[in-house]
Amino acid sequence: MSSPVPGPSPDFAASGLLRELKGVLDPGAVITEQEARGAYECDGLSAYRQLPPVVARPVDTDQVRAVMRICRRHGVPVVARGAGTGLSGGALPHPGAVLLSLARLSEVLEVDPLNRTARVQPGVRNLAISEAGAPHGLYYAPDPSSQIACTIGGNVAENAGGVHCLKYGLTVHNVMELKVVTADGDLVTIGGQGPDSPGYDLLALMTGSEGLLGIVVEATVRLLPRPTARQVLMGAFTEVGQAGTAVARIIGEGIIPAGLEMMDRPAIRAAEDFVHAGYPVDAAAILLAELDGTGEEVAELTARTVALLEECGASEVRVAASEADAENLWRGRKAAFPAVGRISPDYYCMDGTIPRKHLSRVLAEIAVLSGEFGLDVANVFHAGDGNLHPLILYDANRAGELARAEAFGGRILELCVAVGGTITGEHGVGFEKLDQMCTQFQEDELAQFHAIKAAFDAGGLLNPGKAIPTLHRCAELGAMHVHNGQLPFPELDRF
Amino acid sequence: MSPDEDLTTILKDAIESRYRTATPVEIRGTGSKAFMGREPAGEALITAGHRGIISYEPTELVVRVRSGTPLADLENVLDAGGQFLPCEPPRFGGAGTAGGAVACGLAGPRRPYAGSVRDFLLGARMINGAGKVLTFGGQVMKNVAGYDAFRLQAGAWGTLGLLLDVSFKVLPKPEAEQTLGFEMAEEEAIDTMNRWAGRPLPLSAAAHHEGLLRIRLSGTASGVADAWRCLGGDEDDDSFWEGLRHHQLPFFQAPEPSLWRITVSPATPALELPGRTLVDWGGGQRWLRTEISGPELRRRLAGTGGFAHLVRTRGARDEVFHPLEPGVARLHEGLKRAFDPAGILNPGRMYAHW
Repeated sequence: MSSPVPGPSPDFAASGLLRELKGVLDPGAVITEQEARGAYECDGLSAYRQLPPVVARPVDTDQVRAVMRICRRHGVPVVARGAGTGLSGGALPHPGAVLLSLARLSEVLEVDPLNRTARVQPGVRNLAISEAGAPHGLYYAPDPSSQIACTIGGNVAENAGGVHCLKYGLTVHNVMELKVVTADGDLVTIGGQGPDSPGYDLLALMTGSEGLLGIVVEATVRLLPRPTARQVLMGAFTEVGQAGTAVARIIGEGIIPAGLEMMDRPAIRAAEDFVHAGYPVDAAAILLAELDGTGEEVAELTARTVALLEECGASEVRVAASEADAENLWRGRKAAFPAVGRISPDYYCMDGTIPRKHLSRVLAEIAVLSGEFGLDVANVFHAGDGNLHPLILYDANRAGELARAEAFGGRILELCVAVGGTITGEHGVGFEKLDQMCTQFQEDELAQFHAIKAAFDAGGLLNPGKAIPTLHRCAELGAMHVHNGQLPFPELDRF
Repeated sequence: MSPDEDLTTILKDAIESRYRTATPVEIRGTGSKAFMGREPAGEALITAGHRGIISYEPTELVVRVRSGTPLADLENVLDAGGQFLPCEPPRFGGAGTAGGAVACGLAGPRRPYAGSVRDFLLGARMINGAGKVLTFGGQVMKNVAGYDAFRLQAGAWGTLGLLLDVSFKVLPKPEAEQTLGFEMAEEEAIDTMNRWAGRPLPLSAAAHHEGLLRIRLSGTASGVADAWRCLGGDEDDDSFWEGLRHHQLPFFQAPEPSLWRITVSPATPALELPGRTLVDWGGGQRWLRTEISGPELRRRLAGTGGFAHLVRTRGARDEVFHPLEPGVARLHEGLKRAFDPAGILNPGRMYAHW
């Protein structure tokens, strides 16, 4: 278990910070007892842990602003946290910062069926928004796999995705207005209740900013009508390359499935052992496609997709015979992560995106790396949008395995960049991928990011040490790479 | 068609030298939107020669294009691939470049159902006000590494950087489209289009003008036919939407001195403003031709949450874009300094002080 930033805890009692926080928050909302603080020591990426010196739990916007103002006066940073389900250590506490939990701001404030929006507090769970829209036949489209637990504030901070992004977009495409508490403790409204708002697109900038530019205290999101019909089908292939070709063919034929997922053999086997979805365990890869729309539209698209899967050499094509069958086919995919968790003491989930055409090559390289590092890997792939989740299997109790898994993961992300992709499709940089940011971006770009940050938070009070590496860190890392004498994947073109 | 050419070095040197001498520069493609926004200041730097499609692979749903490429050329290439830009950026007088489409961020009638220009932007290479060439985003659908500095360029009117190349997500053209007309008054039309938008119908445009609600359905042939059966309505001319998109309808030539673009939450009732109105974007965008002044219009909009932007006028072009709230204005000024420390890029094009 690594502690990212060593050093003694600051004395918030002596400085008066604790007293001031208790003065503006409800009784019990300032947590200082070690045991209670322990619940906040990590997020969904539990390999990194850090006990926060104090946890503040405001109940409304005014309290968030008061906390921010007190912290600013004391020069003490703030790490905002939603449900703590993030997978990149974005909500990892900082030993010198107040951990600000937004969990108690958890009201659905308004559902407007005619304008098709929901106005919610940041601690509202992703799935709860769809539940609130359901009586009107509406739902909230982005559906990260943690949607039962994750909250909208965190979704905005990370620009969360899900399995329906290709057709319905990411969080950034589905948020209309944010109320944000700035580093100065001011409250600003970004975006609007209509289709656009004056000035720069601060909504896009704020979405995915990982808590570095402001604290979201309210969000208005777009709701969509639930499609009349859907169909789920599965195609199995004896070669991964065939599955990749099938994806390109489906899209090339003008079909945009609501969801298009791929799993490789290790992932298929783990999922099948766990939930018995009826996946063919001898297949090299399976594709799951969800088609939605009106009844006739879905019937037509299903027939065309089946034909395409067969043309691409599918060894088996299964069309869900009922809604229960469709759910069952999805269940295996949705349970892929916990399923892998059953076959390995620990796993490390990566999140690169690649141009889809490079899929076969990237999977082949990952297989080579798997041998090199002596660690198995199962691949789950949002095939429609090129977002790859290799799950590296390791055992944290074996000396050196975590470090090996991290090094392996780092190499995978560098590979994604080398083929023209990115180090993170939906999980964020957080604390985890700071080094890979030095691969993805040049010095001038990182300097531009720091200038953006300074325009919002000149004092560096919001979520310090996350998302954007310092130029110094990248310079040191660069020197190390040169010292080793070779760039990763020297055989690949750079573009 | 002019030949493809990469002018990165020339454009970078030009910005760098103006940065050193703190000389304002007007970034200009073909100048097709020079009538919009506040008056440009500074010597024009023409980007139209920096043109050509860098890569386009239909099965990847991504096109990467140099900023000076004519929008019409780009759309022709996509059309040949059976695809299109669903945000439908307008071409005024038939001209306009890909970079200009991003910089002004304007979208056509499909916008509320398909998405805005920035929704289809995947990445950009740009030159900031200090002459640095920067790449943000890329050519993939999902990318959350670093701040979304590329999406920030959409609608920034070139005040944060000169766009060198932009990458768009593109989509297959719908197999079938059908425009339907329904005679009804504005109030009823606004309510109707919003109720329909809340149902799983393949809507791709909805507008009301002069007593006629028009909607467009897009999708598979069976899906469109299905929806038509369900809604009824008379067959109407598809060309209406291109006329609306490119401001070629007679409405846009009306005699009133000013054309305004007002955005509101779509179900907002009829605004009852003096002049002529065309309701677009399923109610979310109201075009207004009027004689009343900007301050008067904005005073009348108070309480609706709406924003009013001046698009065409025979009068002065001072407060063209809706004024910013003070807290938001401070963030804008900070961002402007972060990208353009000497304040040389299209100064005053959006707001007077920067």
